[in-house]
Amino acid sequence: MTDQTMVLRVENISKRLGGRQILKDVSLELHRGELKVLIGPSGGGKSTLLQCINFLIPPDEGRIWLGEQQIEIHRKQDLYAYRQKVGMIFQDFNLFDHLNALDNVSIALRKVKKIARKDAEERAMRELERVGLGDKTTLYPSQLSGGQKQRVSIARALAMDPEALLLDEPTSALDPELIGEVLGVIRNLAQDGMTMIMATHQLGFIRTLADDILFMQDGQIIEQGSPAELLDAENGSRTQAFCAKLNELSDESET
Amino acid sequence: MMKTLQVLCDSFPYLLGGAGVTAAAVTGAMLLGLLIGVNLAVVQVYCGAWPRRLVGLYVWFFRGVPILVLLFLFYFGLFSVLGINLSTFVAVILVLGMTSGAYQSQIYRGAIQSLPQGQLKAARALGMSDRRAILSIILPQALRLSIPGFSNEYSILLKDSALAYALGTPEIMARTHFVASRTYEHLPLYLMAALLYFALTWIGVKLLRKLEEKVRIPGYSLN
Repeated sequence: MTDQTMVLRVENISKRLGGRQILKDVSLELHRGELKVLIGPSGGGKSTLLQCINFLIPPDEGRIWLGEQQIEIHRKQDLYAYRQKVGMIFQDFNLFDHLNALDNVSIALRKVKKIARKDAEERAMRELERVGLGDKTTLYPSQLSGGQKQRVSIARALAMDPEALLLDEPTSALDPELIGEVLGVIRNLAQDGMTMIMATHQLGFIRTLADDILFMQDGQIIEQGSPAELLDAENGSRTQAFCAKLNELSDESET
Repeated sequence: MMKTLQVLCDSFPYLLGGAGVTAAAVTGAMLLGLLIGVNLAVVQVYCGAWPRRLVGLYVWFFRGVPILVLLFLFYFGLFSVLGINLSTFVAVILVLGMTSGAYQSQIYRGAIQSLPQGQLKAARALGMSDRRAILSIILPQALRLSIPGFSNEYSILLKDSALAYALGTPEIMARTHFVASRTYEHLPLYLMAALLYFALTWIGVKLLRKLEEKVRIPGYSLN
């Protein structure tokens, strides 16, 4: 799936918040069709990194390129255009509470891309069908389950025709039995060649789909490699130890 | 007794006309207050330190000075110094509207701040400018939440509007006073005025309650 075309390049991002260094000199590259996974203990900077990538949290230092274009946060029009091309999925969905599923997906098409209502709604309908919610279009967020909400939010991001998706622990606010439906949608995206960077602790998903694992701790990427390399029990990596711990915990909760 | 009834019957259409003036003035003032209040609230939540300070000054001034003083200050003072020639009716709408705007701004500010931060983040992440996000995402939710506070403000402003009597605006209070001072039927006439205020409060609160129901987001209530 992966080719060598660079979609997103993040260089030496640093961020301090409240006197604490949250990110130290983080760099990464995302190639077309690639799925990179961010993993690591909470407080390690995964969520801050993802939000720095689309400037929801402005980084203190560092540079970000989309393709050939370096993004300047002060050029507002460029920033807005960039954010349209880099979709974001949040841990707690952040659907617009006053809009039904269809309007949640179509509002940015209408208000940002200035697409006529009818065309925007047709497109929104297609995206909702793609995530298996073609029959839920008139329901409001408070009438949807967590898994359905997250799928609407994925449809909302996809409707903008993004070149890459940032996914910030998309399943960690979900009940165990709802995780599968969301991961299924993300799996399909990965197989269709969507470029993604995703913070997650779903090991099965990581093993089968991730091209690359970035292990983050204390604001730095301390290990990086393919799942096969990093998760090998022999190799003694920090990632392997962390995942073994995760496995142990999930085994305990199953017994 | 007969004379009392006679006076009440004769003056009723006149007083009802006063209720119309009161209703029009208060509606105008509430809408002006809505416009001012929403803008002040947005500045207070989203803008930098200096604009926020200016808004703070505005709110502090209009909440800190009695309405009667404001009416005189603007109508006899500021407007005549500036050579602006306004009817008392328009002056009342402006002064009540500006005052209500100060109070309303705090209703909207509270509502905006009660929304989860993720709403703005999600809007920004889709490429919306802050202005667009505020118009399309934040205000539609915040204004819904503000209707009970708006209704409260309406019922207070309605009664404050009786002060317009001091400028000679022909509203309920001025007209009642006019009739009472000629017929000496103070008790029944002021009771009538009280009933008119009561009725206007009731109608307004009822209508706002209807509006609240109409724009309620499905699935958002507990029942």
